[in-house]
Amino acid sequence: MKHNYAKLWWGLGLLILFTPLGLLAGGTAWGEWSPEDLSAMTGYTPSGMETWASFWKHTFMPDYAFPGMEGSFLASAFGYILSAVLGLALIYVTMTILGKWVAKNELTNK
Amino acid sequence: MHIPDGYLSPQTCLAMWGVMLPIWAKAANKVKQTLRVEQVPLLSMGAAFSFIIMMFNVPIPDGTTGHAVGGTLLAIILGPWAAVIGISVALIMQALLFGDGGVLAIGANCFNIGVALPFVGYYVYKLISGNALAGSTRQVVAAGVAAYIAINVAGLLTGLELGLQPLLFKAADGTPLYNPYSLYQALPAMALAHFTIAGMVEAIVTASVFMCLHKTEPGLLALYSTSSLSKGGS
Repeated sequence: MKHNYAKLWWGLGLLILFTPLGLLAGGTAWGEWSPEDLSAMTGYTPSGMETWASFWKHTFMPDYAFPGMEGSFLASAFGYILSAVLGLALIYVTMTILGKWVAKNELTNK
Repeated sequence: MHIPDGYLSPQTCLAMWGVMLPIWAKAANKVKQTLRVEQVPLLSMGAAFSFIIMMFNVPIPDGTTGHAVGGTLLAIILGPWAAVIGISVALIMQALLFGDGGVLAIGANCFNIGVALPFVGYYVYKLISGNALAGSTRQVVAAGVAAYIAINVAGLLTGLELGLQPLLFKAADGTPLYNPYSLYQALPAMALAHFTIAGMVEAIVTASVFMCLHKTEPGLLALYSTSSLSKGGS
């Protein structure tokens, strides 16, 4: 049964357009503060946190913002939507490759 | 709920990676048996859906934010093991590219959000929905309640892992090395966020998408539950 799930794609597209609503909630999730914000709250940065907090330096679009596009709400909204599209594309490709690998295994098993 | 790097000790991170590796292997194996090739796009869309839904931050009364995950919905449609793979891929993308959740903390975050959440959601859904008719109120309510309970469990696990840090890992002068907030602070904070807003949002998103899918793609909701695979084995 071939199915292209066109309606689901439309649904995802619509959701992406609305993602900037997620920017309206100010503040950070509990326990996700940057070491700087945390030290502003507690008065110090735990030394282990200092060592490990920036372990990974290859984030492409930190905080779902397009580099240089953080000024106005409109700019952040654009970066946010771009992040959603990019995330969707990369997840889709990754999952498809993973899926192909599964499919190939299925064939060799038989 | 995405623990950043620096909040968990490397020991905790390593332990959680150690927990996740066999789970991922088992999930891949399970998915090999249960997911048909033509369902792969569906899992891809499910993972993307979860990624996108997590971008909708909502304000929590204590000044922080939270968000839904959509993981219970994935588990209902594709089964909990496929949900593990889908949510894990979304979480790994978030960590690597967007700095949402740490990279060392991928093991912990994938366990809380990508394993505990879909499994709790799936089994609570099955328990409540029982043999209810497709699209019945009972099924929709079951999806919502399951999603609510599941995200709360994931939140509490996150709070537990964070809250244990100052207990276990202190510098020579007694100050915490990593997350400084105790269990008495971390657990109530995660509970507040998820008992109230994030849990409600997750329940509403899950129940309403469930209803939409019943109307537009009714076959989807019976995909996993009617496959022989959901019944066979552990």
